[in-house]
Amino acid sequence: MKDHDQGRGRSGFSRREFLKGSSAAAAATALSVGPAVARAEEKGTKLVGPGATSLTLNVNGKDHQVQVEPRMTLLEVLRYQLKLTGAKPVATDGSCGAATVIVDGKPISAATTLALDCKGKKIQTVESLGGPEPDQVVKAFAKADAQQCGFCTPGFVVAVRAFLDKHPNATKEEIRQGLNGNLCRCGTYYDVIEAALECVKGGS
Amino acid sequence: MANIDWPKQGTASVLGTSPDRLDAIAKASGAAKYTYDIVPDKMLLARVLGCPLAHCKVKSIDVAPALKVPGVVAAEPMKNAGDEVLWEGDILAIVAGETEGAVAEGLKAIKLDLEPLEFYVDDANLEAAEKADRTRPAGRNVRTPDDVDDEDEYFEKLFKECERDGVVIEAEYGVNVITHMCLEPHGSTCVWEGDKLIVYHSTQNVSGTAPQFASPLGVAASDVTVICDYIGGGFGSKFQADEWSVAAARLAKSTGRPVKLMLDRATELKTAGNRPSGFIKVKVGADKNGVVKVWDSHHWGTNGPAGAPVSQAVIPYVFDPPNRRRVVTSISTNTGPARAWRAPNHPQGCAMSQTAYDDIARALGIDSYDVFLRNLPSVTNDKAEVYADQMKIAAKLMDWKAKWHPHGKGPERDGVVSGLGMAIHTWGGAAHNSSCTIKVHPDGGVEAILGSQDLGTGTRTVIAMVVAETLGLPVDAVKVSIGSSKYPASGPSGGSTTVGGVSESTRRGATAALNMLLAKVAPKLGVDADQLQAKNGRIEVIGNPSKSVSWKEACSLLGMNPIEAQGNFQRGQSENSLSSSGAAGVQMAEVEVDRETGVVRIKKFVAVQDMGLIINRKLATSQIHGSVIMGIAYALFEERIMDNKTGKFLNAELSDYKLPRLGDVGEVVVELYEPESEYNRGVVGLGEPPVIAPGAAISNAVCNALGVRVPVLPLTPARVLAALGKG
Ligand code: FES
Repeated sequence: MKDHDQGRGRSGFSRREFLKGSSAAAAATALSVGPAVARAEEKGTKLVGPGATSLTLNVNGKDHQVQVEPRMTLLEVLRYQLKLTGAKPVATDGSCGAATVIVDGKPISAATTLALDCKGKKIQTVESLGGPEPDQVVKAFAKADAQQCGFCTPGFVVAVRAFLDKHPNATKEEIRQGLNGNLCRCGTYYDVIEAALECVKGGS
Repeated sequence: MANIDWPKQGTASVLGTSPDRLDAIAKASGAAKYTYDIVPDKMLLARVLGCPLAHCKVKSIDVAPALKVPGVVAAEPMKNAGDEVLWEGDILAIVAGETEGAVAEGLKAIKLDLEPLEFYVDDANLEAAEKADRTRPAGRNVRTPDDVDDEDEYFEKLFKECERDGVVIEAEYGVNVITHMCLEPHGSTCVWEGDKLIVYHSTQNVSGTAPQFASPLGVAASDVTVICDYIGGGFGSKFQADEWSVAAARLAKSTGRPVKLMLDRATELKTAGNRPSGFIKVKVGADKNGVVKVWDSHHWGTNGPAGAPVSQAVIPYVFDPPNRRRVVTSISTNTGPARAWRAPNHPQGCAMSQTAYDDIARALGIDSYDVFLRNLPSVTNDKAEVYADQMKIAAKLMDWKAKWHPHGKGPERDGVVSGLGMAIHTWGGAAHNSSCTIKVHPDGGVEAILGSQDLGTGTRTVIAMVVAETLGLPVDAVKVSIGSSKYPASGPSGGSTTVGGVSESTRRGATAALNMLLAKVAPKLGVDADQLQAKNGRIEVIGNPSKSVSWKEACSLLGMNPIEAQGNFQRGQSENSLSSSGAAGVQMAEVEVDRETGVVRIKKFVAVQDMGLIINRKLATSQIHGSVIMGIAYALFEERIMDNKTGKFLNAELSDYKLPRLGDVGEVVVELYEPESEYNRGVVGLGEPPVIAPGAAISNAVCNALGVRVPVLPLTPARVLAALGKG
């Protein structure tokens, strides 16, 4: 029952892990190139930077060529080079969940992840859950009216999707415990819970 | 001919239903483009530098070193030598560059020479503020019978009577400063096309901000277009162009490239608005039934350098006893200036006074419900009966009678005690001015166009529903265009005025359009236009629906030219009002308090709310959910924490500024109160009212649980433990 460990929650990714997994967490403003260099050396890979280098990112199933400085976050590259603006810049330290994306199946904060570290990984953004036939979670958010201003909503949708993928039969209490990494100022929590429950009930 | 009015209650086909909000999928899937999301080609990113000192004089701001940083393209000081800076975080300079990293380095490189001046930031401490010469009288208002000469003597006599026959309490309460914390910070993306400026601006005031850009930039207001399709929160803080956005437009001009400037979180919280604090010392006298006879209070607080505190008009809140004296002192502090925060003055007024009414119940050992009920005859609006009715409904939903125990007398389980509390509120919410264009195309298409904005209320959806109701069409048949200053002007979204305003104008515009269409259809059906109505996607003869044409067929009679009708509503000038003002609401909270840790948990929250005629029940309900949760935030979690020694705002980051998370919200039960008498008033704004009472209701519930008052909001574990003498 390690899912019940304190601070881990039911989501399968703890706040701590969420932040730790983000290599830029130590350099919240993504200014310092130090940690990235150290990591690169550890792995024995070639050092890059401080200027921009070309990189291939696999986003929503498609390869994209981007120009990346070592200090650039995944969020900055997604938003300003790929114009995928669903993930939102709200906190620079991952404390709000608005920039949640899924990398190799795990929800992470694009605001605290260096773009360089996503080389060779599969990145999934909220945009992949939209389109003409939106994901069940997106539809459930509409039905439960789980958005007001909507600025936190894409991050919530991705977090709920990732949570339900891991806990398809989650109870209300598990939902209440497992989705605390995301922040909403307009107060949509009550309706987000309803939306998540709807997906559990509706099955997929 | 269709008239300007609403259908009778129970006869509407679209109004009062619960369609999903029109932009729900766009928002949830990340397709909705907010100001922050606008990324024109060749765009530069800009950030500002906030002042590190709470009070200083600028000697110099040297941006030259910033310009040497690779990737920085432009930098400008925003203060001049000799300028006085009055709070930490006021903006000193702006830097634009190719990447976030370059801009951040550029900001660091700026050389500041600032002369520190004496500062003061402690708004709770009246004595210290007096000593620092930061106070000034801000109002004194007394009500006694006309024949009273000696006010002091009269009040003393009343208190003596209450002491003898009823009860007198003396207490202190308070509410700390909070911020707006819009998740999308203030800012703009500015694009010049020749001498014309397009500003994608995160604003509550699409139709009103162009002149504020035009005048400092030296261009004509007509050459500025303000666009805001989506806004990530405003709550009263986003009505202006703001100097930082004007600076971004200037840099866009000088660099010849689009510039995006969004405030960083710390600057956002320090500089872009907050809600004034309120602290009160009060003496209240009541009879043995808890009916308040006399109120005597002094309150103070700050809204920043100007000092203006919470208005005396909201003390005591909604209740208005026959004898009262209210004195107000303002405290000027070196903190960021306040801006309107959802229901200005009311939440603080409620939390500073309906707590006292609850303490009357505690002192007398009677049910708080009864004290609130018995004081209803004194309410300042004419809604005593509405409140009484709403209280009955709320009590039933809360199961108040079964759960009630006198203050501090409930059972304790593993150190946890539970409690009930309530509060009532009021708000105006009259419709703002609004104009719109309604187009009906020969192919049957319908458009509503107006310079309004959607703060999260569901403005688009409301407009589509009103137009659909008027034209007898389904909601998705209406295309809504809002969010541009080039559209017919609609008022700023503040004070719960938008839904009233846009439904006034669009009902009028759509009715005018319909009448033009009916005139075309009448000859075809061989009747007068006033015998026709629009229903179920058809134009039919009233009383003889078999004689009809489909909407499409009717529109095809228009030939080549679409109908273009204007709808116009001017507050106080338009006939046949479709809206009204004055909302009432009752809220009840059930909490659990852990006496060992001081942690308060919301178990259940009940909100009964009127809003006149309800347009979309689902959206109204979720808006009330949101208001209640925002209320829980300032009741239990959030506050601005200033350091008296350095003048710094200590928790100006999201990770430090505590807000509730999804698991912190208990059960929330909403009752939309819409008897025929309410429905017939027309539309009344809903945005502010339900956010007012949670502070007092939750404080009262905690007091009922513990038997002692935790005087200052938010009720953090530390304050709860201090009130229990464990601090
Ligand atoms: S909907 Fe506005 S912040 Fe969540």
